[in-house]
Amino acid sequence: MAPALLILLFFLIYPSIHTFYLSFLGRRSHEFVGLENYIYAFTSDSMVIAFRNNALWVVFFTALTVSMGLILAVLLDRVRYERIAKSLIFLPMAISMVGASVIWKFIYAYRPPGVPQIGLLNAIVDFFCGQPVGWLIEKPWNNFFIIIVGVWIWTGFCMVVFSASYKNISKELMESARIDGASEWQVFWRIVLPLMRPTIAMVATTMIVFVLKIFDLVYVMTNGNLDTEVIANRMYKMFQYPDFGKASTLAVILVILVIPMMLVNWRGVRTQRETR
Amino acid sequence: MMKKLIKILSRTSLHIVIVAIAVIWMVPTLGLLVTSFRLPQDVARTGWWTVFQTPFSFTQFALENYENVITKQGLGKTFLNSLFIAVPATIFPVLIASFAAYAFAWMGFPGRDYILMAVVALLVVPLQMTFIPILRIFNLLHLSGTFLGIWLAHTGYGMPLAIYLLHNFIAGLPADLLDAATIDGASPLQSFFRIVVPLSLPAIASLIIFQFLWVWNDLLVALIYLGGAPNVAPVTLKVANLVGSRGQDWELLTAAAFVSMVLPLIVFFSMQRYFVRGILAGSVKG
Repeated sequence: MAPALLILLFFLIYPSIHTFYLSFLGRRSHEFVGLENYIYAFTSDSMVIAFRNNALWVVFFTALTVSMGLILAVLLDRVRYERIAKSLIFLPMAISMVGASVIWKFIYAYRPPGVPQIGLLNAIVDFFCGQPVGWLIEKPWNNFFIIIVGVWIWTGFCMVVFSASYKNISKELMESARIDGASEWQVFWRIVLPLMRPTIAMVATTMIVFVLKIFDLVYVMTNGNLDTEVIANRMYKMFQYPDFGKASTLAVILVILVIPMMLVNWRGVRTQRETR
Repeated sequence: MMKKLIKILSRTSLHIVIVAIAVIWMVPTLGLLVTSFRLPQDVARTGWWTVFQTPFSFTQFALENYENVITKQGLGKTFLNSLFIAVPATIFPVLIASFAAYAFAWMGFPGRDYILMAVVALLVVPLQMTFIPILRIFNLLHLSGTFLGIWLAHTGYGMPLAIYLLHNFIAGLPADLLDAATIDGASPLQSFFRIVVPLSLPAIASLIIFQFLWVWNDLLVALIYLGGAPNVAPVTLKVANLVGSRGQDWELLTAAAFVSMVLPLIVFFSMQRYFVRGILAGSVKG
């Protein structure tokens, strides 16, 4: 156990405290600059865009993964090929985000009009006689097309968690509601949804924690160019530049954003365990 | 009669919706796979779906792209690097964490619960918080750009989750069994290897799979600690660099991406149960 604690001290506790301290120092950590890095973090143009995009990720990524995961969990429970369909949808979770980026960059590939399109999406547009679209170029829509890749990866995760929780709901309860004349729609809204609320909260916070730190997809697909920047990628750029003061500040901001979500998440996990 | 018709219609539309979603989920990966086997000149000229017009003309497929990326582009070497990074970076943290989890669960010492809580609380720390100080120390010790350095880093980063998961499992083992072993004269180390490890195998297996894939698929930690050292770069780093340097050579990129995905896919299909469990348990990491 002693080695475990020493490793934690060296790799997580000490560096976090040190990074917090560095966030008040200058580029090369030689001089104290007060809140200058924080003022930069909240006012510079590139950071304002990064914050906006992280907000877009939090809202749309979370809403889409959670709602699609929930719908799929409920629908798939009704068919006999549930297992195979679930594996197919869960499969992207196995792939690295670098691999997923290549897969989707190819789907989004753009060629000028008149040349045969090799990207699937533009080929479909072409088929319907539209103009090819630069999916990863047009601002601000390019953000949504990167978010879709994240949704493609993580919907399977949400689906599997929801499916386990859905199967725990008593079938007699739903059946008796149906006999009393409730429509499928009412069963879903009045019985399934309220009973699954703790699970939904837990999954949603897990998604938010993950997405606040989103890095790989943006780094590989656009490297934050064309207004697709996010906080973690900005942090990496500052680290490379290098401006260790600003990079540390961005790391501190990430922690501050993540902590409240983690607390909600843990409370959810604990109440779930107690009710089981 | 009318009711039956409505039922059949709604069943049919249910199947259509589900099959459509499953197909949409599969098509991107299928496109990657097909393209990686096509000839370079075809890839640049026509969409990958055109191969289905003549599915039996096998001359349109070749292993040329794989040969090219694995040897000429050096992806084979980075694949081995990834293995050489991921295996120790999985064994170290799981081994150390299982000792620690056992100690937290079955040995009494002052402040145990508080220390455990502090360990679990470290799950909130985004890895970004640790890069700069650790890299400075690594530079002093000449550990940046080395396998040893990244093994240590992944061991540290994997520790809170591993302790948390294994503790939950080990604390749930029947107390009678361990008491009986102690009464029969087993030392704590003996009970650990003879009783705790065999009984915890399902949890350990899920954790091993999760940690292995996490390290295998990792880009950020590799960028930070191995970024400037191409000879030790893992396959994800190489693929990300290819996207930057050969962004339009889709026959290369698709083959390279598939090489980086093949091992996770094998793990996924052969050990799906443990894989799913591991992913569910580890979703809040780093």
